[in-house]
Amino acid sequence: MKFTLSWLRDHLDTEATLDDILYALTDLGLEVEEVSNRAARLATFTLAKITHAEQHPDADKLRVCRVMTDEGEKQIVCGAPNARAGITVVLAKPGDYVPGIDVTLGVGKIRGVESHGMMCSERELELSDEHNGIIELASGEVGQKFTDWLAINRPSVVDPMIHIKITPNRPDALGVRGIARDLAARGLGKLKPLDIPAIKGGFPCPITVTIDEALKTKGCPLFAGRLIRGVKNGPSPAWLADRLTAIGLRPISTLVDITNFFTFALNRPLHVFDAAKVHGNLRIHPAKGGEELLALDGKTYRLAEGMMLISDDAQPESLAGIMGGELSGCTEATTDVFLESAYWDPITVAATGRALKVNSDARYRFERGVDPAFTLPGLDLATQMILDLCGGQASDLAVDGAVPDTSRAYRLNPARVISLVGMDIPEAEQRRTLEALGFTLNGDMATPPTWRPDVLGEADLVEEVARIASLTKLQGKPLTRATAGVPRPILTPAQIRERSARRTLAALGYNECVTYSFIDAEAATLFGGGTDAVMIDNPISSEMTHLRPDLLPGLLRAAARNQARGFADLALCEIGPAFHGGEPGEQHLQATGLLVGHTAPRDPYGSRRPVDVFDAKADAEAVLAALGAPARVQINRKVAAWWHPGRSGCIALGPNAMATFGEVHPKILAAMGVKGPAVAFTILPANVPLPKVKTPTRPALAISDLQAVERDFAFVVDANVEALTALNAAIGADKALIESVRLFDQFIGDKAEAQMGAGKKSIALTVRLQPTDKTLTDADIEAVSAKIIEKVTKATGGTLRG
Amino acid sequence: MDGLDTLKAKYLAAIATAADESALEEVRVGALGKKGEISALMAGLGKMEPDQRKAAGAMLNVLKDEIDAALRARKSGLADAALDARLKSEWLDVTLPARPRRTGTIHPVSQVMEELTAIFADMGFAVAEGPQVESDWYNFDALNIPPEHPARQEHDTFFMNRAAGDDRPPHVLRTHTSPVQIRAMTEQGAPIRVIAPGRVYRMDMDQTHTPMFHQVEGLCIDRDVSMANLKWVLEEFCRAFFEVPSVELRFRASHFPFTEPSAEVDIRCSWEGGQLKIGEGDKWMEILGSGMVHPKVLKAAGVNPDEWQGFAFGMGIDRLAMLKYGIPDLRAFFESDLRWLRHYGFAALDLPTLPAGLSR
Repeated sequence: MKFTLSWLRDHLDTEATLDDILYALTDLGLEVEEVSNRAARLATFTLAKITHAEQHPDADKLRVCRVMTDEGEKQIVCGAPNARAGITVVLAKPGDYVPGIDVTLGVGKIRGVESHGMMCSERELELSDEHNGIIELASGEVGQKFTDWLAINRPSVVDPMIHIKITPNRPDALGVRGIARDLAARGLGKLKPLDIPAIKGGFPCPITVTIDEALKTKGCPLFAGRLIRGVKNGPSPAWLADRLTAIGLRPISTLVDITNFFTFALNRPLHVFDAAKVHGNLRIHPAKGGEELLALDGKTYRLAEGMMLISDDAQPESLAGIMGGELSGCTEATTDVFLESAYWDPITVAATGRALKVNSDARYRFERGVDPAFTLPGLDLATQMILDLCGGQASDLAVDGAVPDTSRAYRLNPARVISLVGMDIPEAEQRRTLEALGFTLNGDMATPPTWRPDVLGEADLVEEVARIASLTKLQGKPLTRATAGVPRPILTPAQIRERSARRTLAALGYNECVTYSFIDAEAATLFGGGTDAVMIDNPISSEMTHLRPDLLPGLLRAAARNQARGFADLALCEIGPAFHGGEPGEQHLQATGLLVGHTAPRDPYGSRRPVDVFDAKADAEAVLAALGAPARVQINRKVAAWWHPGRSGCIALGPNAMATFGEVHPKILAAMGVKGPAVAFTILPANVPLPKVKTPTRPALAISDLQAVERDFAFVVDANVEALTALNAAIGADKALIESVRLFDQFIGDKAEAQMGAGKKSIALTVRLQPTDKTLTDADIEAVSAKIIEKVTKATGGTLRG
Repeated sequence: MDGLDTLKAKYLAAIATAADESALEEVRVGALGKKGEISALMAGLGKMEPDQRKAAGAMLNVLKDEIDAALRARKSGLADAALDARLKSEWLDVTLPARPRRTGTIHPVSQVMEELTAIFADMGFAVAEGPQVESDWYNFDALNIPPEHPARQEHDTFFMNRAAGDDRPPHVLRTHTSPVQIRAMTEQGAPIRVIAPGRVYRMDMDQTHTPMFHQVEGLCIDRDVSMANLKWVLEEFCRAFFEVPSVELRFRASHFPFTEPSAEVDIRCSWEGGQLKIGEGDKWMEILGSGMVHPKVLKAAGVNPDEWQGFAFGMGIDRLAMLKYGIPDLRAFFESDLRWLRHYGFAALDLPTLPAGLSR
């Protein structure tokens, strides 16, 4: 919403300075976005008079002038053709900034002649595009400030323009008068009265208006108009054109400019029809569907069934409450004008405007809510203005419907106001505030004014009182602790785990990423998603069409981008939501790590090797341990299709999959543009069981003073026998005695097969025996060894390696 | 026994000149071994008269101890020399690089979320969560934004696809963290103090906007919580978060459908040479929106507005991170550029706590 200071002063009798007004506006919730104050930029310029002008000795087009200024006579070289003795000019002195040429003047020599300033053109002062010569003023005294001269002779060019942001609840502030009312309530002056003229029609209105019954209750409760005969439509007077120009509107013709003026001055959008182009009478009705209307913006709109239209006997003429039609619009040739003032239902206007994608100042206001009670006064005021500016004779009123009843009242509870705001605002001040804003108080019941459709409850009264009292003055008051004493822990186990996973991954050397929750359809599909259920209806780009089913694609894309920048070795992770469906709650937390390239840069110690599946497994296990997963788990091969089928595994507790680790499938790497090797893991923290009992107490430490014994065993087994089978078999041989079993070597490949037979390999286990009651004898050790061998060979189908 | 001095001189000389441990051992065996010269003299004591034995024995013992001590001293001297020689031979170029070790980082958004949590936990706020795909009821209606409300259009909402035949209004990607207010109050009732940090989504992408960003919601409902309490909480938060001695906040009347009264909050700051300083200067920077929870919102969440009242606020986490840590570009937060992650990220053990300070 834009307006100028003098426009505001039409409605507000105030002595306040511009700065005071700007401060109050922002504080009141009418946030100032921009002020353009041309007077401030012209403040240094003064009036001067050329006393003598002669040809420059060395330049045909230059004159050397003697100029009388407030600082005595100066010599100024000037190139303007109209620079001559006797004229009053606008002077820029050395040190002044000239906005139109973006230069700060100095004392200069022009072709050898000193020049102490500059006489300015309109363009150089950004007053207009005029640049044929320097400004010649018909009045003014030497030394007078140019801005003072302008304020008297051309006030519109020094009128500060103020641009404020209007929150959607304040349609009343979409008119200058509403803004003035707020400022008056704040105490920055008095709201000037608005006199509504009594228009006496000289003849019956030849155009009748009818609202379809269907629209009277919702859509268009009130439609009024009046014919003004014999008008002369031409350019607007300067004051009106200046008003509109100052806020960025192009003056068109007096009749059209008047409607725009009312839109901004009083938040009362109007429409003018050229009566000569209206066929018969006007009817407000829902569209049948399929009608077409060429609107004033030059576009043709095709209406859907139910959209609100104004039609005459022949055709649609106006998009109700949004935009008039081109065919019945006013032109300079218009002599008979039909002036429309109606109250349109906000929801109906908004729906039509959205559907047709048409924006206008009228739609913007009607969909936020204009004052229904001002429909007829606004019509009368505008009629008077047309009569004043364009002449003519007004008809009787043509009207259908009635002002809708919006009356309602809410209790003002002064104590509640104080309790909610936390400011001591006396009851009398609360009542004064509401009355200044136009509320009617009856006892403790407050009736909002008709221009405030946003006030819909007691809380709104509180807001009005607080806003006018100024929230800037609010002093903070300590919030007492909910419970006394040392604060209690507040994180849930799931939240703690999310943090543990994140910190563990960073400690393991991963760089945490935050990637978008939506990815492209191709990637989503590759990772088991990409269905219509997780599709975004209005994606912002083709890269962001589907909710991510998994975090890995985002990290792979990130890896590809980093590889393109020359970073080949990467450890990236993300902890965040993945989406398994499109309903609220169909999301789950994942902690995903991705290793690409090599474990280390090249170094003198040979640390560098390609990342492999056991790197991923180690990190996955570390994160699981940090989340409190049990040490004994199963590893199965039930993994999704984006993993290397032979080089990946699922860490599970029975049916409960806690994590997947492995090499990323080569096809996936190719599709995502990542150069391998790449290994990864995905952890599902929610699937890691929580401890059954939460206690800080540790189980008692049982340690034995008896000597532990380690024994190594090597087995020859089929190459596809899994190590875990052997380990589990070994540890089950004597649960009391065997403390741990570890695989410490394997012998695989061609050489192994040459030694042990085709399809065979050898694995070597070390078993640690920890006696608890007596030292082990050789016989004891032999016995348990035999059991281990028996169990392992039985479980693996292998043999002890000789 | 007159030969003892000679013997002593002989062995001490031999010890002194023994070149290495094996030569020294030979000397020891020659003198003190089972068949050694001194051992033989000791063995001869048995054949002496008692008086003679006593005197000779004492002298022999002294000699034996002397030789033994000399042997030991020489032995340790030789060992030291050998060790010195070995150490000398073991010289390495210690300016060689250390063995490589990966260093990970925590994303600024995660770090700032933990900072927020630490501060608000101290004031008794728990952390609430909610789904990121939301029904339009939670995202809008329950927050007093009815379908026709202009604010609803200003949210630049992402809508989820609806299958043909499913006539429910489409779900949305939550446009703010405010729906968590409704969920938290519905689950826990009042009194309640929660913050809700998380991802939010708006259809906006340009120099300063990304279609996904992070917000933190705050909600405090009790019997007599006021806007003045809100101001204090935000002042305390900003002072603690920005780690400055004091801050000054300015509340400005504004409008949010879910709060009434509503205020936008500005913080006093200065911008000099591109450097932001919080708590000083003569500039005001908008940092968040807030207000007293609208009675309709309380009602929608099953809390009786005649009994309970309180405040809510919402602010951008990414923006807080940018302001505090001088990170210039929002878009880079989500690009995962390794150089950015390393430069702006935090170490694994940089845990923000109130006793230790939030940042290093």
